[in-house]
Amino acid sequence: MTKYITRRMLWFLPVLFGIALVNFVAARAMPGGPFDFAGDRTIPASVVANLERKYHLDWPMWKQFGGYLLDLMRGDLGPSFHFRSRTVNDILKQTFPVSLQLGVLSLLLALIIGIPAGTFAALRHNTWVDYLSSFVAIVGTSIPNIVLGPFLIWAIALKLGWFPVARWGADYTQFSLGFIPPMTLKFWEHAVLPSMALGTALSARISRLTRASLLQVVREDYIRTARAKGLRERAVIVVHALKNALIPVITILGPLFAAIVTGTFVVEQIFGINGMGQHFVDSINNRDYPVVMGTMLLYSLLLVIANLAVDITYAWLDPRIRYE
Amino acid sequence: MAVKTTTPQELARLRAAEAPRRGRSPLADAFRQLTKNRLAVASGIFIIILILVAVFADTMVISFFTGEEARPLLAPYGYAEVNFRYHDLGLFTRTEDGKLFLLGVDYLGRDMLSRTLYGTRISLAVAFVAASVSLFIGLVYGLASGYFGGRVDNVMMRFVDFLYGFPLIVFVILMQVYFKAISRRGATGLAGTLINLNQSMGGMFFLFIALGALNWLGMARITRGQVLSYREKEFVEAARMVGAGDVRIIFRHLLPNILGPCIVAETLQIPGYIFLEAFLSFIGLGVNPPTPSWGLMISEAYQALRSYPHEVFVPAVALTLTTLAFNFLGDGLRDAFDPRLRGTT
Repeated sequence: MTKYITRRMLWFLPVLFGIALVNFVAARAMPGGPFDFAGDRTIPASVVANLERKYHLDWPMWKQFGGYLLDLMRGDLGPSFHFRSRTVNDILKQTFPVSLQLGVLSLLLALIIGIPAGTFAALRHNTWVDYLSSFVAIVGTSIPNIVLGPFLIWAIALKLGWFPVARWGADYTQFSLGFIPPMTLKFWEHAVLPSMALGTALSARISRLTRASLLQVVREDYIRTARAKGLRERAVIVVHALKNALIPVITILGPLFAAIVTGTFVVEQIFGINGMGQHFVDSINNRDYPVVMGTMLLYSLLLVIANLAVDITYAWLDPRIRYE
Repeated sequence: MAVKTTTPQELARLRAAEAPRRGRSPLADAFRQLTKNRLAVASGIFIIILILVAVFADTMVISFFTGEEARPLLAPYGYAEVNFRYHDLGLFTRTEDGKLFLLGVDYLGRDMLSRTLYGTRISLAVAFVAASVSLFIGLVYGLASGYFGGRVDNVMMRFVDFLYGFPLIVFVILMQVYFKAISRRGATGLAGTLINLNQSMGGMFFLFIALGALNWLGMARITRGQVLSYREKEFVEAARMVGAGDVRIIFRHLLPNILGPCIVAETLQIPGYIFLEAFLSFIGLGVNPPTPSWGLMISEAYQALRSYPHEVFVPAVALTLTTLAFNFLGDGLRDAFDPRLRGTT
């Protein structure tokens, strides 16, 4: 097991280095430097030369890259071009907890709805429950976030008035443990629609996968043995079948995290949530390249760590993987 | 006792019974299986209609009956004709000067029906071009890696594993940001011609490159797996014994057998491409306005959701129906080609 973990971690470092390299090259390749936005006056050439010397922009590229790596290890992501008085770190520190809440809630919703739905459908194979659930699942995976978000707002918030439309994350800035918000009713009110918008497609995917894998597991011999031994059906399913059936679900958690990340861009934009995704989209439109690069770096880091964790968990759960 | 003589009719019947049955190719079998799946057939017909709409969206028709000037049959008012006199009209409105807008008008006075119909071009083009590019790259890579084996296979698959660790969606976004940034400034030479090509295509050229570069990894792995399983079969060995070279074996023997599952796998990816294009257009990194991508239409209109919901829901319904159709068709294809998986989704 340790050998597998060390092997995976050894892949981890070149990937991180590659991500940092791509980010650095992209940052340098973008037209528009830090000294373009000085208002209406252009800066005289000698002042530009001095500023470049101060910010080490006249060093050779490899030296600049080394400085960039050192900055990254210190955790400094640079100033923002658009918000002149804030650094990228400030912006991320304020908006990342909100995005994290949204992502975690959506994932929880997807798991809580998806796994029982898939299990139910598999156990009642070829009945109307199965067909209905499969149909709903396919429709669920086909409705994109950009369609489901406005539809939920229109149908539930505007027409029925059950939940508020927007402004999550704008009422409080105190988080316990760095990202857990105060659990008031107002928070949950605001949290329902965005989590549904993001989590529905995910829960449909999880439900389809759970159903497919459980259908295969239930035909295995050890399930037949368990039933022959006289165990209750619930024990057979939950203790024996589900544990093995959920392993394929673990393997799609990697792409699922990526889907959550891209989903937060859309959902935060639609619901007006003050999260990292919305700042990312805004900074693209404002040509605020340090924020774009910093956000990309943080997302890449998150996804790579998540993939690593998923791989290790998968190897822990399914020992056959370790010996490949 | 009389000898039993066979009449000519009985003789003909005996001969017909002994004649070898005409075999059905696996392709015909799969097609027959596919036609039994009504959802897949309906989706296939819907997609064919979409393709026809995309191709014939601006076909002119001279109408003898109404005496008006020649107008396109399907999209009567074009997708970029801005008109400030009437804006944000609802469904089925007829204006004072006699124009009938079947699906209403958006905030700039552009006809929603025309924009939605032209939007099929964007979505279908992205779907097919991105799928073809990804299929091509994946096939070539997987064939080379799987057939040659050994060190070559090892190195190539390690490269794929390395790329698997990257969050490629992040790189697609970075690539699109970069392309948008350099398109704003003029550029000369090769970059300039590429940028002009991109602008003339409404911003789709760079999008194709970005999407095609994203998804070939899975296709390479599938292809390699198929090649590995077919490489040891007897007919390949027989071909080699007869003297067939590597290229002939790959193209004449291996490729026809693995192409089926690979195409099915790629068709299952198409809804992902459509969704990715809509997502990128929604956040402003896709096609350039006024090219009517459905994602772009939704992002322009969702702020008017309370007052004019049809501006959001017309492209939303179109997008959902297209994705649904490709999903059902892909599922039907997969069930038709691999009967063991039937019933288990």
